[in-house]
Amino acid sequence: MRDKLFQIIVIAISSLLIIRLFNLQIINNNSSQILERASIQKVYDFPERGYIYDRNKKLIVYNEPYYDLMIIPKDIEISDSMSISKELNITSRDFLTRLNKAKTYSPVKPSILISGITKNEYANIQEKLWKFSGLFIQKKSKRKYNFKTASNLFGYISEVNTYEIDNNPYYRAGEMIGRQGLEKSYENILRGKKGVKYFQKDKFNRIIGRYNNGNYDSLLIPAKNIEVTLDIDLQVYGDSLMKNKFGSIIAIEPNSGEILALVNSPGYDPSLLVGRDRSYNYNNLNLDSIGKPLFERGLQGQYPPGSTFKIINALIGLQENVIQEETLFRCNGGHFYAKNAFMKCHTNEETYTDLNNAIYTSCNTYFAKTYKEIIENYETSSIGLDKWKDYVTSFGFGNFLGYDHPIGKRGFIPNSDYYNRWYNNSWRASTTISNSIGQGEVLTTPIQLANFAAIIANKGWYIPPHFVKNIDNDSIDKNYKNIKETLISEKHFDPIIKGMIDVVEKGTAQNSKIKGITFAGKTGTAENFIKINGQRKQLTDHSIFIGFAPAEDPKIAICVFIENGYWGTRWAAPISSLIAEKYLKRNVERKWLEKYILNGNLTEEYMKPYLYENFTINE
Amino acid sequence: MNSLSIKKFDFISIIIVSLLIIIGLVNIYSSTYFDNMSFFSFKTPFGKQLIFTSISLIIFLFILVSDDRFFFRYSSIIYILGILLLIAVLIFGNEIKGAKSWFSLMGFSLQPSEFMKPITGLALAKYLSNIHSDLKRKSIQLYSFLIVLIPIFLVIIQPDPGTALIYFSFFFVLYVIGLPSIYMNIFIGLTILFITTVLLGKQNILFIISILLISIVLIYIYRKLSIRKILFFGILSLVFILCIDFVFNEVFEQRHRDRFDIVLGIKEDNKGIGYNTNQSQLAFKSGGFFGEGFLKGTQTKGDFVPEQHSDYIFATVGEEWGFFGSIFTIILFTILILRMINRANTNRNLFNKIFIYSVASIFFFQFTINISMVIGIFPTVGIPLPFISYGGSSLLASIILFGGYIKLDSVKKEKW
Repeated sequence: MRDKLFQIIVIAISSLLIIRLFNLQIINNNSSQILERASIQKVYDFPERGYIYDRNKKLIVYNEPYYDLMIIPKDIEISDSMSISKELNITSRDFLTRLNKAKTYSPVKPSILISGITKNEYANIQEKLWKFSGLFIQKKSKRKYNFKTASNLFGYISEVNTYEIDNNPYYRAGEMIGRQGLEKSYENILRGKKGVKYFQKDKFNRIIGRYNNGNYDSLLIPAKNIEVTLDIDLQVYGDSLMKNKFGSIIAIEPNSGEILALVNSPGYDPSLLVGRDRSYNYNNLNLDSIGKPLFERGLQGQYPPGSTFKIINALIGLQENVIQEETLFRCNGGHFYAKNAFMKCHTNEETYTDLNNAIYTSCNTYFAKTYKEIIENYETSSIGLDKWKDYVTSFGFGNFLGYDHPIGKRGFIPNSDYYNRWYNNSWRASTTISNSIGQGEVLTTPIQLANFAAIIANKGWYIPPHFVKNIDNDSIDKNYKNIKETLISEKHFDPIIKGMIDVVEKGTAQNSKIKGITFAGKTGTAENFIKINGQRKQLTDHSIFIGFAPAEDPKIAICVFIENGYWGTRWAAPISSLIAEKYLKRNVERKWLEKYILNGNLTEEYMKPYLYENFTINE
Repeated sequence: MNSLSIKKFDFISIIIVSLLIIIGLVNIYSSTYFDNMSFFSFKTPFGKQLIFTSISLIIFLFILVSDDRFFFRYSSIIYILGILLLIAVLIFGNEIKGAKSWFSLMGFSLQPSEFMKPITGLALAKYLSNIHSDLKRKSIQLYSFLIVLIPIFLVIIQPDPGTALIYFSFFFVLYVIGLPSIYMNIFIGLTILFITTVLLGKQNILFIISILLISIVLIYIYRKLSIRKILFFGILSLVFILCIDFVFNEVFEQRHRDRFDIVLGIKEDNKGIGYNTNQSQLAFKSGGFFGEGFLKGTQTKGDFVPEQHSDYIFATVGEEWGFFGSIFTIILFTILILRMINRANTNRNLFNKIFIYSVASIFFFQFTINISMVIGIFPTVGIPLPFISYGGSSLLASIILFGGYIKLDSVKKEKW
């Protein structure tokens, strides 16, 4: 007989059960789990989303109430469905599918039948609603914009998706989240924190009172308003100048890194991405493959910087002591940089150019030779090129700048590995000579170029550009207060700035003088290509300009980039000068120049590759 | 009829069972309570349970005054009638929750499989108390297995795997009264194999078993163990693993697999299949040390813990009466079962002894499995907690078992 064993087993198992219960009821009973019980109803209290102001406290983004028509499927009289759908202006089949969808979610809990009803529609529906059971109106709010600009910059909000619900305990189905732009990067600040009240439900799912006298409840934390660095008047003016031209304008306050304007053209009305029609409008914007309005050129566009890049080679040359201000290079309408390899230049034959002259005439030969000297200053081209890259990347090229916006591109600055792979270890300075004039492998984004202009204005340092100036009762990221130094000494900037002043005074951008203000800058013209039906075709050059003003005490640094605008002089330089004038003088006196820009239309240029089999460029 | 030996009744057990029934009534009342509920309404679960309790009391008294020899004499006939009833329910029974295990009578449902428990106990006791029944003999083993396996089979095809599981407690009785230990060893081995296979996957276990087999064979060469035994167990486990894999993946439905996966911690799903277990565990957690008090439990009201007044009644105990309430209940059960075993040991009547072991074993299985399930360490199966869970058949069957114990326990001598 194994009766003793039987008793031991009984005692052992009972002890096990008691231990488990002890563990469950005494040790592991933390309150957060208890609040997940099905018998407790959570009622949330949402803070109003924060407003967005510009640097002069002008209100840009705020909220407007709208209404959702809610449905409780079990209370719907099915005989009403015809008249309900008639009142709501939807087909009764549509109504029935929505009803079924709501029923699948829950027959007793409210679901949204129609979302985003405007005030007017609301008044209309409200009158007839009383006739039907199972329908009621819920008030919500949506984003509203005072200016139709900088849509990609502000971004938009939309309902959380399943992935976010699963991965972030804060969000529950139906809540809104910043999906793009500043709405995304400042989500936690603009959102605030919802409050929650716990209610006890009875057997019939009715609320019978506060759970635990409200001891677990939490109050909502209001959202904070933010003040962006934009000057909204300058931004809107920039928009008007960019009409019928594709490209971007970026203006930065050099000593603070604050971005004064970020114009993307073509733009769109930010209110398109609000409410009921958001996904429809988004798709339409997304389908515009020529204008690409959702593509934020200033942050995402990677282009060859063209002649604006000559400045950096001059700076590195001075720092590396391979050229001096007085160094002369012979230019004969170009030069042979290698055997049988000729680089053209637009200067006259048999000229000798010094640094100042080279900058304001944008002499290719001068900078090609400078670049070659920089690289050949070291025992191998690899070491030389990597040294050169260190200088270039210290200006923020080839990497994200660290601004507070979720989108962006790194650009590209090649290193020796890249060429070793490409040329199988046999290459020389002359092989990579295009880097000297900002063509070839180098790619930069307009914001990097604008930051570059700010660095020159500051003579060698920058604060990472950023979009938010102030947060209510809160400080902005400390990265936006710290100075970043480049590898170039301050003294080398003086001859460069002098050259850039001369660009406007007597060089390539003479059409961009501003009365009473010294404007320094550098034009750029970048070759570019497109693939159409698998064929590589060259398009009209991009028109680029970087500059800052006033040169003695810079308040604004600008990069203007006009796709396929041909010379930097033609569009980018005058637009930059108008932006500078607008910002510094608050109004523009050169009406003739303004009129020329406002009427400028490049639409035909953009259509060319799509309309004609063979087309001429650079007209 | 022989004279009643009231003094020999186990009054402590009677008090314990009365307490358990009261605990049951209180918690059924609480977990089905709603505003303005009338105390005596025969439509509420509480009212129905009160009726069942009164009926149980009558049956209990009836058993006590009956002649104990009656059970011995007629147990075979009762067993055959019981089997016929189980067959009848498959044909004429009502289907509730997908199982054909109920007869409906005037608004009350009766579950023959519950009443078959004491009947099987009687039949087994009668067969094995025979002087010629030696459990060491294969044929005796076979017949005793059959007595248990026939009702198991009939209950499984209803299908009611939960109740069928309780019938396995009879194998435990067989083991206690002298079934060769090899059966128990095989059973324990297979259980371990099952759990590890589900946990670690077929391939890994097959690999481990092969390694073990090879090493044991190697040991055999030096130590002269019985190679036949080794090969027998080796092949048995290999076949079993393949069977588990087949049953688990092909025969089980996803909901069954999920239940195992959740208990073994392979899967976590508090909203879907793991909802019951999770919400019930939360009820225990909110109970804490002293509980939330009678009628104050919030989790076990409204259908938050499903089946809260029947299979999951223990969650109400845990929530409203806290850790104290739940261990008090467990201790009552433990004392009751230990008393039964103890008193059976001193009983010289083999029939009585085996029957009491059966009662103890059934209560032990039901109580362990039910509570393990409610606190989330056993997969969800439909097994009520004896005396406490709502349900007439369950209560009546438990009372019959208990009445049988009290009656047969009071007769300690061999009389015939």
